[in-house]
Amino acid sequence: MMPSQGPGDAPGVRGEDVSAGPSGGARASATDDVLVRIRDLTFRRGERTIFDGLDLDIRRGAVTAVMGPSGTGKTTLLKLITGQLRPDAGRIEVDGVAVHELDKAALYRLRRRMGMLFQSGALLTDLNVFDNVAYPLREHTDLSPSLLRKLVLLKLEAVGLRGARALRPSELSGGMARRVALARAIALDPEIILYDEPFTGQDPISMGALVSLIRQLNDASNLTSVLVSHDVAEATRIADHIYLISQGRVVAQGSPTEIAAERSTWVRQFMDGQPDGPVHFHYPGPALAADLLNRGGR
Amino acid sequence: MAKQRNIEILVGAFMAAGFVALFFLAMQVSNLSLAGMDEGYRLTARFANVGSLKARAPVTMAGVRIGRVEAVDFDPRAFEAVVTLRIDPAVDSIPMDTFANVFTSGLLGEQYIALDPGGSPDVLVDGDEIMHTQSAMILEQMIGQFLFSKASGDG
Amino acid sequence: MLLDPLARLGRSGLDVLARFGRGHQLLLAMVLGVGEVLRRPRLLIAQVYNVGVLSMLIVGVSGLFVGMVLALQGHYVLARFGAAESLGLMVAASLVRELGPVVTALLVAGRAGSALTAEIGLMKATEQLAGLELMAVDPVRRILVPRLFGGVLAMPLLAAIFSAVGVLGGYFVGVGLLGVDAGAFWSQMQAAMDVREDVVNGVIKSLVFGVVVTWIALFQGYDCSPTSAGVSRATTRTVVHGALAVLGLDFVLTALMFGG
Ligand SMILES: Nc1ncnc2c1ncn2[C@@H]1O[C@H](COP(=O)(O)OP(=O)(O)OP(=O)(O)O)[C@@H](O)[C@H]1O
Ligand SMILES: [Mg+2]
Repeated sequence: MMPSQGPGDAPGVRGEDVSAGPSGGARASATDDVLVRIRDLTFRRGERTIFDGLDLDIRRGAVTAVMGPSGTGKTTLLKLITGQLRPDAGRIEVDGVAVHELDKAALYRLRRRMGMLFQSGALLTDLNVFDNVAYPLREHTDLSPSLLRKLVLLKLEAVGLRGARALRPSELSGGMARRVALARAIALDPEIILYDEPFTGQDPISMGALVSLIRQLNDASNLTSVLVSHDVAEATRIADHIYLISQGRVVAQGSPTEIAAERSTWVRQFMDGQPDGPVHFHYPGPALAADLLNRGGR
Repeated sequence: MAKQRNIEILVGAFMAAGFVALFFLAMQVSNLSLAGMDEGYRLTARFANVGSLKARAPVTMAGVRIGRVEAVDFDPRAFEAVVTLRIDPAVDSIPMDTFANVFTSGLLGEQYIALDPGGSPDVLVDGDEIMHTQSAMILEQMIGQFLFSKASGDG
Repeated sequence: MLLDPLARLGRSGLDVLARFGRGHQLLLAMVLGVGEVLRRPRLLIAQVYNVGVLSMLIVGVSGLFVGMVLALQGHYVLARFGAAESLGLMVAASLVRELGPVVTALLVAGRAGSALTAEIGLMKATEQLAGLELMAVDPVRRILVPRLFGGVLAMPLLAAIFSAVGVLGGYFVGVGLLGVDAGAFWSQMQAAMDVREDVVNGVIKSLVFGVVVTWIALFQGYDCSPTSAGVSRATTRTVVHGALAVLGLDFVLTALMFGG
């Protein structure tokens, strides 16, 4: 079930018109192989500080995995990179442009070069699978209907769901919906794809296919991939670089082999999945005994 | 695609129904054809009291509508109401000595102007004034007079 | 402690103000997006269908019955004063000036407005709106603007249908059942009703109601908290706020139009 077409062959929208405004200068320095540069990022949700001085680099053409316990803010990080949220402090640069300083038009121009796979899929429930994948193509290109059809079917073939093209999102399983969302995310042949938990809800076979698809998409067209996942085995298998984040900071980073060789207890606990250790399974709160004895409020 | 076509047809039917309804309101309910009577000619009439006569009230002759009240003004020198009438051009031979009355349709209905034709061979033309007028009956006055005459009759 | 209620009052006051501001921002953004419906008339057609065609039945039936009841009650009162001939005028004036625009707007707020809020709110809760944004598609322009203009376009037509059907219902009861003279029914009506003063003003009213009801519905959906409770609360708010806004605005508009 290999994709029969590299994503680079499609008639792209990746032309001069989509370069994001003032990025001209930054693009000239092709030596800069960092596509996304995050510096000293601080982000709060009410009282809770999600990120506290986070530094993170995502290199061009590589698969970067971001891992961390549930609730550390991995989804939040992707939302910050795509400009859905604005940081409280610090800088987030994509291709040399500070995302949080862009106006709406420039942000939309930048987003045409990005694909994002939502944790929930986020398919349009009024459209069937085919139209969902065709949506960004219809929005941003003037392809003829026959070409559009071919392209959509190829994308669906890549995720193994060509036969499901007439189904409605409500008729898909969670894993299928996520794969359709992946086909939609790659429809416009973006330069960077952000995957939020692509492997959850996949059986071993489609998981294996997805892993190789992500790798292949990345290599076939010099794509940059950001992969958020809990799945240590799969992530280490395809990632070129791994960030482990916890409590608003980067705890460890490096190539899969470096991470595997890392001796710190935190990293070992997370990577080997041990319930006991410095990582807390529990969301911060008072001790259990104190909480149970507390007759007061809730 | 068939579904899309059905939707388009239904939307077309809805819009058509809406416009038919608007047309009905304009033509049948408010009679657009008479409203645009700008081509008619004007007459004026002076009344000591017009009651609650309003612009656009009908002007009738023998109970048939022949025009509208165009304006009701006040003459501050004569302390009279000056009513401008717009008469249908087809009705072009209203005698000079025609009588204009302010009547009420029903006991509490809208007020209108009824023209009672005289016998003069001369006819009114655009800009003329109707000399013979009869003011509106004011209900309170009538009741007052009635009670008064009743009381004095008894006494 | 003592100041707690005061603080709560202040906080909710600020919340209301902030929501008010966001609502106007959204309206501005939607108005600036008019070009979108001109470029994609198909989107508009779908929304005229949702608001107009789907509300037509309830609006038509309500109009019929309101007209019939008006004629029945009106005849009862008018006949006492010997003015049964004015029945047509009474029915038409109440329908065209007031009941047509107002009742239609209330029905649309309940029938189509709540559906719009639920639709948008659910799209928000399931991240469909965020997904559109990430495809570099502005959800305000693509999703909200066609719905706004669909509502604004459908409302006056629905109100006209309501009034026209109502007048016919009044005719049926007044002339057919109660024996009012048909000629008098129409002539009294035509004598006193004016196209500009009554019909056009009624259309203006329902255009304003169309903007307000759809705007409230869209804003409530767009601004709701993305949970099932949030969507359901927003739907209720659409109906309540929509109805209150229509009634309040009707008073203001009536005072402006017919007050002088
Ligand atoms: N809309 C929100 N309002 C307030 N707090 C939020 C909101 N969304 C997320 N959070 C908080 O932000 C923190 C990070 O959430 P996020 O969804 O980024 O976690 P995550 O790392 O993606 O977790 P998971 O692996 O379970 O998906 C969580 O602790 C959550 O409580
Ligand atoms: Mg997440």
